[in-house]
Amino acid sequence: MKKALVLARREMAGYFFSPLAYVIGAGFLAFSAVVFFYGLRMLGIPAIFAGGNEASLRPLFEAMALGMIVAAPLLTMRLVSDEYRSGTIETLMTAPITDTEVIAGKFLGVMGFYVVLLACTGLFLALLAAYGEIDVGVAVTGYLGMLLLGAAYISVGLFTSTMTRYQLVAAIVGIGILAVFVTLMYMLVSYAPAPVDYIASRLNAMTYFKDFSRGMLDTRGVIYFVSATALLLFLSVKTLESKRWR
Amino acid sequence: MIDVKNLTKWYGRVLAVDDISFHVGKGRIVGFLGPNGAGKSTTLKMLTCYLPATSGTVTVAGHDVLGDSLAVRRKVGYMPESVPLYPEMRVREYLMFRAALRDIPRRKRSAAVDDVCKQCWLSSPENMTRRRLGELSRGYKQRVGLAEVLLHNPEVLVLDEPTIGLDPAQIRSMRELITGLADKHTVILSSHILAEVEQTCDDLIIIAAGRIAATGSPTELRQRVIGPSRIIVELSGADKANIVTDLEKLKGVSEVTAGERDGWIRLVVSHGPKEDLRPAVAKWAFEQGYQLRELRREVGSLEDFFVQITYEQNLRGPRREAVSA
Repeated sequence: MKKALVLARREMAGYFFSPLAYVIGAGFLAFSAVVFFYGLRMLGIPAIFAGGNEASLRPLFEAMALGMIVAAPLLTMRLVSDEYRSGTIETLMTAPITDTEVIAGKFLGVMGFYVVLLACTGLFLALLAAYGEIDVGVAVTGYLGMLLLGAAYISVGLFTSTMTRYQLVAAIVGIGILAVFVTLMYMLVSYAPAPVDYIASRLNAMTYFKDFSRGMLDTRGVIYFVSATALLLFLSVKTLESKRWR
Repeated sequence: MIDVKNLTKWYGRVLAVDDISFHVGKGRIVGFLGPNGAGKSTTLKMLTCYLPATSGTVTVAGHDVLGDSLAVRRKVGYMPESVPLYPEMRVREYLMFRAALRDIPRRKRSAAVDDVCKQCWLSSPENMTRRRLGELSRGYKQRVGLAEVLLHNPEVLVLDEPTIGLDPAQIRSMRELITGLADKHTVILSSHILAEVEQTCDDLIIIAAGRIAATGSPTELRQRVIGPSRIIVELSGADKANIVTDLEKLKGVSEVTAGERDGWIRLVVSHGPKEDLRPAVAKWAFEQGYQLRELRREVGSLEDFFVQITYEQNLRGPRREAVSA
């Protein structure tokens, strides 16, 4: 797996060089800042940094989780699509590296960038801590949840990227898949008949995430996100492999 | 070193490579020659584990490309025609990255990169190692591509059109680089530039419309050109009217045509393909007391052979599967 790290390092460097990553990152952080200061009344998310409100990052985490539906596919869209487009997939696939190592490397690279992005939101936490008393437990599980959710959403984006040479298609399909899993599931839970509503409630990403954002570490949530990540990374490896058989 | 048996590749309904078989011995430089669309790149991609064959086997350095793909990839250096590079990376950074992918131990990476940079003229006369790959000209990009394949000192080098798009000076330096690789590596390169391939390669494989049209060394193939050879003679001191009939009397001469070139008589002597009449002509001119200023033979060129042989193949065209109703 050493080579995966070599690839990861290259991908991360690429992210810090590319202007698109900074734009997406800035957008994500700006969105988080708006939620932090003003809230999102439309979605029932209260402002945080307002007098009298609870000094908790919970609304922010929920907003970030929603933001990731768009941000993750945008971040990952170029990962493999670009290689197809520019032809560098040829030199990558003819190097002595397995497809698993390639996907692992790409995944770790983008996760590295994501971790840095999350770390930037620590600014909000610092602000809260300066003006109020924060619940450290909530902060810890909240960030853990963001990491797990991020991993799952990013692996969706990585998967769609392996399927096409067009970045935009990868991004749109990725956003579509994630939107389905958040909104559609939510609606199915409310309106669909049994047993569909039961299944939908178990597949709804936001239910699991809400626990994390409230400070609860539920292993069901951990398993959900970890298995989703594993499944999608596996599918990515297989898609990449299938290119060798065509 | 490279063993190809009954290799076939279908792209959908078009047969790109039609049951070809060939062998490349160790340490040889083999030129894979053919018109555009002949199946050169497709074959090379199958050698390097990038494309799967529809049927047939390829064995490189003793390993099967499908069964033992990783082992093949460790021993092969492949430079695709488009020389794909990551535009934002710097030359040295990219080479270090590829060195890591190639399992070169960390302590030795820097030295290996420096070595290939020197070999491919990337560090001198002008130091390009700090430039970004996107900024480089075509010639330098190809040098980086070549440097990358040499990094891990592979047994086999597969170069797809290594000199395409280069200017004559660059072609020459690339050619020198490649010939210098001869004994230590086995090289298979593809091209449709004959002059170059003639000079660098030990053996040629000519492919057209997915089939092998001919194999052999450049000299062998040149001799197979069907058609007479000619001798060009320029002399003076002769009577133009009679000289043609005089020369045609020489043994082996089939036809003579005369022309003039700034005061000297220019004769084109056609003769049979196997003979070399130059000594006879020289002797005859001397005996007649003429002044001789040029005596040269034009053999069938490789270009003639190439055109002849690929024309025949192209007439047949690649096989297509009949569209079923």
